[in-house]
Amino acid sequence: MIYKAIVFLPLIGFLIAGLFGRSIGAKASEYVTSGLMIVAAVLSWIVFFNVALAHGEGGEVIKIEVLRWIQSGGIDIEWAFRIDTLTAVMFVVVNTVSTLVHVYSIGYMHHDPHRPRFFAYLSLFTFAMLMLVTSDNLAQMFFGWEGVGLASYLLIGFWYKKPSASAAAMKAFIVNRVGDFGFLLGIAGIFMLFGSINFETIFAAAGSYLPAEGAAEGGEVIASIFGMDVTRYGALTIVCLLLFMGAMGKSAQFLLHTWLPDAMEGPTPVSALIHAATMVTAGVFLVARMSPIFELSPDALLFVTIIGAITAFFAATVGLVQNDIKRVIAYSTCSQLGYMFVALGVGAYGAAIFHLFTHAFFKALLFLGAGSVIHAVDGEQDMRYMGGLRKHIPVTFWMMTIGTLALTGVGIPGTMIGFAGFFSKDVIIESAYASHSVASGFAFTLLVVAALFTSFYSWRLAFLTFFGKPRASADVMHHVHESPQVMLVPLYVLAIGAVIAGFVFEGFFFGHEYAEFWKGALFTLPENEILEEFHHVPLWVKWSPFIAMLIGFVTAWFMYIKSPSTPKRLAEQQSILYNFLLNKWYFDEIYDFLFVRSAKGLGRFLWKKGDIGVIDAYGPNGVAARVVDVTRSVVRLQSGYLYHYAFAMLLGIAALVTWMMLGSSI
Amino acid sequence: MTDWPILSTVTFLPLVGVLLLLLTREDSPYGRRNILNVSLLTTVFTFIVSLFIWIGFDNSNPGFQMIEKHAWLGTGISYHLGVDGISMLFVILTTFLMPFCVLASWQSVEKRIKEYMIAFLLLEVVMVGVFVSLDIVLFYVFFEATLIPMFVIIGVWGGKDRVYASYKFFLYTLAGSVLMMLAIMAMYWQAGTTDITELLRYNFPANLQTWLWLAAFAAFAVKMPMWPLHTWLPDAHVQAPTAGSVILAGVMLKLGGYGFIRISLAMFPLASDYFAPFVFTLSVLAIIYTSLVAMMQDDIKKLIAYSSVAHMGYVTMGIFAANMQGVQGAIFQMLSHGIVSGALFLCVGVIYDRLHTREIAAYGGLVNNMPKYAVAFMIFTMANVGLPGTSGFVGEFLTVIGVFQVNTWVALFAATGVILSASYALWLYRRVIWGALEKESLKGLLDLSGREKLILYPLVALTIFYGVYPAPIFDATAASVDLLVNNYSAALQAAKDLALTVH
Repeated sequence: MIYKAIVFLPLIGFLIAGLFGRSIGAKASEYVTSGLMIVAAVLSWIVFFNVALAHGEGGEVIKIEVLRWIQSGGIDIEWAFRIDTLTAVMFVVVNTVSTLVHVYSIGYMHHDPHRPRFFAYLSLFTFAMLMLVTSDNLAQMFFGWEGVGLASYLLIGFWYKKPSASAAAMKAFIVNRVGDFGFLLGIAGIFMLFGSINFETIFAAAGSYLPAEGAAEGGEVIASIFGMDVTRYGALTIVCLLLFMGAMGKSAQFLLHTWLPDAMEGPTPVSALIHAATMVTAGVFLVARMSPIFELSPDALLFVTIIGAITAFFAATVGLVQNDIKRVIAYSTCSQLGYMFVALGVGAYGAAIFHLFTHAFFKALLFLGAGSVIHAVDGEQDMRYMGGLRKHIPVTFWMMTIGTLALTGVGIPGTMIGFAGFFSKDVIIESAYASHSVASGFAFTLLVVAALFTSFYSWRLAFLTFFGKPRASADVMHHVHESPQVMLVPLYVLAIGAVIAGFVFEGFFFGHEYAEFWKGALFTLPENEILEEFHHVPLWVKWSPFIAMLIGFVTAWFMYIKSPSTPKRLAEQQSILYNFLLNKWYFDEIYDFLFVRSAKGLGRFLWKKGDIGVIDAYGPNGVAARVVDVTRSVVRLQSGYLYHYAFAMLLGIAALVTWMMLGSSI
Repeated sequence: MTDWPILSTVTFLPLVGVLLLLLTREDSPYGRRNILNVSLLTTVFTFIVSLFIWIGFDNSNPGFQMIEKHAWLGTGISYHLGVDGISMLFVILTTFLMPFCVLASWQSVEKRIKEYMIAFLLLEVVMVGVFVSLDIVLFYVFFEATLIPMFVIIGVWGGKDRVYASYKFFLYTLAGSVLMMLAIMAMYWQAGTTDITELLRYNFPANLQTWLWLAAFAAFAVKMPMWPLHTWLPDAHVQAPTAGSVILAGVMLKLGGYGFIRISLAMFPLASDYFAPFVFTLSVLAIIYTSLVAMMQDDIKKLIAYSSVAHMGYVTMGIFAANMQGVQGAIFQMLSHGIVSGALFLCVGVIYDRLHTREIAAYGGLVNNMPKYAVAFMIFTMANVGLPGTSGFVGEFLTVIGVFQVNTWVALFAATGVILSASYALWLYRRVIWGALEKESLKGLLDLSGREKLILYPLVALTIFYGVYPAPIFDATAASVDLLVNNYSAALQAAKDLALTVH
């Protein structure tokens, strides 16, 4: 019952605000949706303590059936919830952040005329996300997956009058669909291999896909997928890669990342909830959930690692030079997601979820803080027109600082002193080094460099926004004001999480209590000992993220506090590199050329030349022209045709009947 | 009640309406209103009666039910009706959509309303007739007869290029029907019966199957329509009045799919297996080609028409995957498409009635003064895109899963439809609904009227209901499809065994 309440309360909120928002008014819609979310969040924490932190025998998965869904032959799918530690962790993340964002939005969206719609969408999103994390089979997960995509689309396009917002919404949906293309095929592949898409069946049967001892090259060919004759191992790898393609889309990984920065067109609380804390981590969740099959395919994991490492590095480089405060944080999110995928790739699933957990707190904090800044400076998002805000909005400043400290991973290596990001990020970097993966060195190097960049752009953001002389107009500066309590309280709560989530939970997520905490929700092969091995990395490895962080901080301090003319000079000296980064490696331009324009051109060509030029010209029009010549002189066109047709048909029937009567008499 | 000839009742009930309409005078003061009321009552009543078919239907029986059989002229042709899990729901779909057609024509049809309604009621008779016929001659007569009222509807009440559109419609269908006629003759020649239940049991020789399959394919592929026989559809849709489009997309395209399942797949399994790669190729081409073409349209109705062709690609693909998921998915996709595309055409009708243009460029920013319309249109757009939770998803999902087991390449290319459909549908939505309300001509538009709500809201409810709980449909179709698929694989197996013993 409690589980159903958690999932369906947001749906009820959505329905009330969505259907009756107009009649009950904005205030009521806000209170109803937020109130239901608060209840759901409290229940989530109760579930977290009961399921994840309980000292149970473990291994038991709670399954709750709700309704039949699709039954066709071997496919037997129900709407059902699967509750284990992984779900419980996601419950806490999703509902806590969602509740805080609901409350925060009461203040942030105060002047918007469409508040009922906004809150309805937020609750709809939460519902879809909960359906995703509770899913018991891949189809329901796909439902949640696309549902959050829909909510994201609606919220990015919330200010539909802005052409840029509508464009960004469309882009987000379509790029995500590219990932879903892979996801859908992955589901089909899973069905082909396992004869079911329910997790229980898949996980139970996954063991049979282990390469047999001593078998040469994995055994006999079992299927042909995309023209390749594959063994059991090969088939599994292809399926994993297809599923991962879905994860790449949703989690904005390298090559499918282009939608995330544009998604910042949506209202800032949306960015905090969907595009930082929850939805974009769905890809990480997917891989963690499917760990029983990913773990069996080292090749697929290698690919995950490489993509993750490239994303972490790539997004961080772009983040270095962006001027829009939200875009910097967006690229930072993209980069941090890369970290999580590296962790998954090297088999440290617990570390990935740990980072997902801490990241939700400090990244939501940063986004909501940025929202508070934007609120204060009258909607301005360009950091070049901020500066010197520290004195005017001190609370926001301190909250943002805590978020920055957590993101950059400030802490003292070897001790338990540090912010949340310090624990989760360092664990990933050390795991990357310790892993036996081929890409271990590659991933480790890119992650450390990315850590340096993270520190630089985070402090750059802080310095540009809060320090130095005000660069906004006097008029704007005159009106700068601290946000109301309804917006600040969520910041306090998130700040507490950003400070303590690391040292409180490290032992559970990726430490001594690992087995007891996860209770088998994350699957690892017996030979996967990363949990033990990452403790024994050399000292310099343990210190490297710390040093990278320090270098980043000092550089940022030098460039934006000590000598503010340096960045400009540097940008002019290295203009090619600067423009390359500023234009996000020219991905949008390349994609526009490769896909958007070519698809449009092809569509136009097929229409004008294919349909009209060939099919019609040689088919009906050619014939019609002849017929018209004949008919025109005889009768009026349409009636003439009709009579002919009816006549021809009658004639045919008559002929048939006659023939049959003759036939039967013979 | 058990002996009551319910199928005949449902099929011919609209004729009562026709009779009443013939007795009504259009030019009397209340003439128009009487005509509309009579038509609406007839269609609603027919729908209610048809629900008894579903209520009385035995899901566990894979064979034909509610059979009526009367010999006719001593020719071997008989008046033989019956439904099974494959055809039953199409009957319901047809009777369900008719009241919406009447409502959609409430104001938009201005001239000759009496003849217009008579044409629609006759169309209902013949469409239901196709689905309940168990004699192939009867089937053929109904199948071909659907053309006549539709031809009249487009030709008389259509847009300004209606004559051209009717030509195309006519020519394509004519070509198909001639071949189909030949196929029926050949089947009778070979099997000595025109009874569908007996033909289903008859094993046609392999080489004859090939020819019969090709002839039947011509007729059904045109109706479906499959690429490259699809070009009549966009023109027919654009020129047809709203209600005509609803029936065209909602029911008439399904005649082709129904024919493929009932005739091609069930009677010619060897040929179906042989030609499956060919059908797959055309299906995939339809999905990709027409989606790309749809993207570039600047006429709303044409865009939706092309998207229909793409969606029918999933249907043909699923049918010839010839497994449970494929065939059940295809049937579901057809039923869902009947509701969703019908609803989309009704949505276009709503704004066409206000502005009398279908140009996408003439619109923009409608959400500002038509929020309820925007919500309904969004839901149907999402269903068209195949978002899980709407009925559009289930069929697409199952057909892709079904075909993946048979041919992974086909599944791969078909799945690109997921991306392409989102592209054209969302782009359309963005251009018509979103944006600021800047065009003067749009500023006075009112949101949905009571009548329009009555049309669209039930369809919204059904779209979501069958997306969340499609079980009633799968329950009804499971037994019959299972039988069909088993017979199909048994036939293939038998042929294989035979080949082995010969060699």
